[in-house]
Amino acid sequence: MPTKRFTLSVKRHDPPSGEPPRFQEYELEVEEGVTVLEALLRIQAEQDGTLAFRYSCRGAVCGSCAMVANGEVSLACRTQLHGLGTDEITVEPLPHLEVVRDLVVDMDLFLEKNIEVRPWLDPPGPDPPRERLVDPSDWTEAEPYTNCILCASCHAVCPVTGRDPAYLGPAALAKHYRFLTDARDGAAEERLALVDSEVGVWGCDVVWNCSKICPKGVRPTQGILTTRERVKPKD
Amino acid sequence: MTEISRHDVLIAGGGLAGLRAAVQVHDAGGTVAVISKVYPIRSHSGAAQGGVNASLGNHPEGGDDSWKGHAFDTIKGSDYLADQPRAEILAQDAPERVFEMEHWGAYFSRFPDGRIAQRPFGGAGFPRTCYAADRTGHQLLHTLWEQCLKRGITFLNEWFVTRIVTHDGRAGGVVALHVPSGRIRTFAADVVIVAGGGYGRVFAKTTNAYINTGSLTAAAYRAGARLEDMEFIQFHPTTLYGTNILMTEGVRGEGGYLLNAEGKRFMDRYAPSVLELAPRDIVARAIQTEIDEGRGLEDEYVHLDIRHLGADVIKEKLPGIRQIAMDFAGVDPIEEPIPVQPGQHYSMGGISCDENGETDVPGLLAAGECSCVSVHGANRLGGNSLLETLVFGKRAGDRAVEIAGGVSEEAMTGALADALLEERDVVGKLRGRTDGERQIEIRRDMQRTMTDRVGLFRDQGRLADAVRELARLRTRYRRVAVGSGHAAFNYDLIDTFELGGMLELAEVTALGALVREESRGGHWRTDHPKRDDRNWLKHTMATRGRAGQPVIDYEDVLMAGYEPMERKY
Repeated sequence: MPTKRFTLSVKRHDPPSGEPPRFQEYELEVEEGVTVLEALLRIQAEQDGTLAFRYSCRGAVCGSCAMVANGEVSLACRTQLHGLGTDEITVEPLPHLEVVRDLVVDMDLFLEKNIEVRPWLDPPGPDPPRERLVDPSDWTEAEPYTNCILCASCHAVCPVTGRDPAYLGPAALAKHYRFLTDARDGAAEERLALVDSEVGVWGCDVVWNCSKICPKGVRPTQGILTTRERVKPKD
Repeated sequence: MTEISRHDVLIAGGGLAGLRAAVQVHDAGGTVAVISKVYPIRSHSGAAQGGVNASLGNHPEGGDDSWKGHAFDTIKGSDYLADQPRAEILAQDAPERVFEMEHWGAYFSRFPDGRIAQRPFGGAGFPRTCYAADRTGHQLLHTLWEQCLKRGITFLNEWFVTRIVTHDGRAGGVVALHVPSGRIRTFAADVVIVAGGGYGRVFAKTTNAYINTGSLTAAAYRAGARLEDMEFIQFHPTTLYGTNILMTEGVRGEGGYLLNAEGKRFMDRYAPSVLELAPRDIVARAIQTEIDEGRGLEDEYVHLDIRHLGADVIKEKLPGIRQIAMDFAGVDPIEEPIPVQPGQHYSMGGISCDENGETDVPGLLAAGECSCVSVHGANRLGGNSLLETLVFGKRAGDRAVEIAGGVSEEAMTGALADALLEERDVVGKLRGRTDGERQIEIRRDMQRTMTDRVGLFRDQGRLADAVRELARLRTRYRRVAVGSGHAAFNYDLIDTFELGGMLELAEVTALGALVREESRGGHWRTDHPKRDDRNWLKHTMATRGRAGQPVIDYEDVLMAGYEPMERKY
């Protein structure tokens, strides 16, 4: 298989050291189909064991490896080097989250926002002996929102999370909408109260960045707008 | 300084089995923490696609289904190596575990009458695989994680367990390395449940995640637990050519065809009555035979064709598959067939345990893919692995709470402190050795050896070769060097540490395969092509010897009235 030479310029940062971030260049020769993640793994194993980044599934389902390649937020495991249209590739950590080291960002704050929206089903009454019956037509609205893999890509492209750390953010609000609109849930009123604020659904700039970037086709903006409609009548 | 953090139950591994166990421990009144080398939502359970089996009878053709039918199919599918009473438990508990997941919020696909949808899967007498499109693992994993959040369960994220600590032969906690800081410390617990998943990364071609190195299986083995039936590896028939990402059996369940280079369906020559829906071992060998006999494409793969299902069905029922095929192979299955080849997928064997997760080591339990109950025997049916995590994760959680307590805290504290010093020494030495061979070279040689010589088709020559080569790799490993001695996120160090365990698991796998002179389920010996119940209807048990070498022994299969028959489909 023909190979091609790439230069990966990776943003290195070790905050505890007090040193400012810097870019480090790595050269490698790869065959077609090699992804940014695979390239980073080869660099780590063969050239520089100090390079830090997260990964797990390499199949775009686990949500570990969201980062920035040539300015675009994407999952490193599904971004092919040959597809980037240049042999010089810059790799940076997700913005809007604190860098722990190199391409690793602090996910705890992001995940805590997810917990704030009480992301669990709260059905009315006791559980039936079998499954709750759900009309498939009542099933389609929430379904896309269940596909979120919590990769934080949306968080990284949201202008509001960038300027207001208190904002719940698109991922948590999408998760909130997933339960709000689940036909089996019985806690709509409490759920609406949770997000009826400037750090909740009213904080959104409605620029659709999150919906465009989501690797799983989740559309947080749409969920936020629909939630706003449901909050309004109480005003 | 020894820090003390004590829980009734410490669960190592945060995939489905671990999280299900955690919920159970909590609900049964125990204190619990989940320790994982990643964030639990990154666990490989989330990559499971096709579904989870339960004899709900929701399918129009499934009305006569029963747990007995499910148990029979599981035992037959196992090529009669499953422990029959335990396969019955798996089937009996299945509906309750699936309904429970539904009650907790899992977003199963539905039939028009509102009930959970079910699809046909290989080796099953009825359509009994409940599914959430082709993202069932993701749905279940996130639902269980949410249930853990609701209960306020403690998560110790990005802690890599280096050792399970025992005192007087009883487990009492772990030593772990904090990936972000490099700090090493102990965690004490009355009971440790190991739920660390499979070890597919021992092979070169695998559907498994990078994290599936079997590090916790190796830790349990080193702590004295026996490994059972490790030679039984499942090679999934349809993994995407190039990356070996899983293409679910659900694709064939929904009516997908397998085509060779001549554009012809070929399963009629291998499983005339059920064709593409034969069990995985049979379909995988059929595909490899087509390739080996020159009817593959580029001598590497065949085609999985779903174009005839139409765009609507593909988009509704197989959206994840379509996305993966487009992202990773540049193929839209609506327009073109998907290139697939067999690849390592699952390990039927693992840490030997009973139906409540208890291993040979008191206080050490196991659940999920890392365990061997055994319900899968020589070949696992699709849809039974997610089920196993729920059924036996729950049972392990119950048992753990029952047996917690009664540990001499003083003695265990001493053992933990000693173990901590030893592990700091081991890791410190590894970290300090920068002059020598890098782990990646040894790892790649191991992976190639396993895929080439301990793969779909095995024989005495290739297996003996593998055992010799693995011994050489272990010698090379003694002089392995870590490239950098830094503390924070030293993945090189962790990879190197893990490789030591992987080599041991590979050795047990290859040795078990070499000794077992018969063909059964996923273990196919071209030089012994028949199943041999007279001599080999028994489990392989490996104990770690004093010098680290595996000592092989055998145990009878537990029977419950299912007479071994020839396995035809």
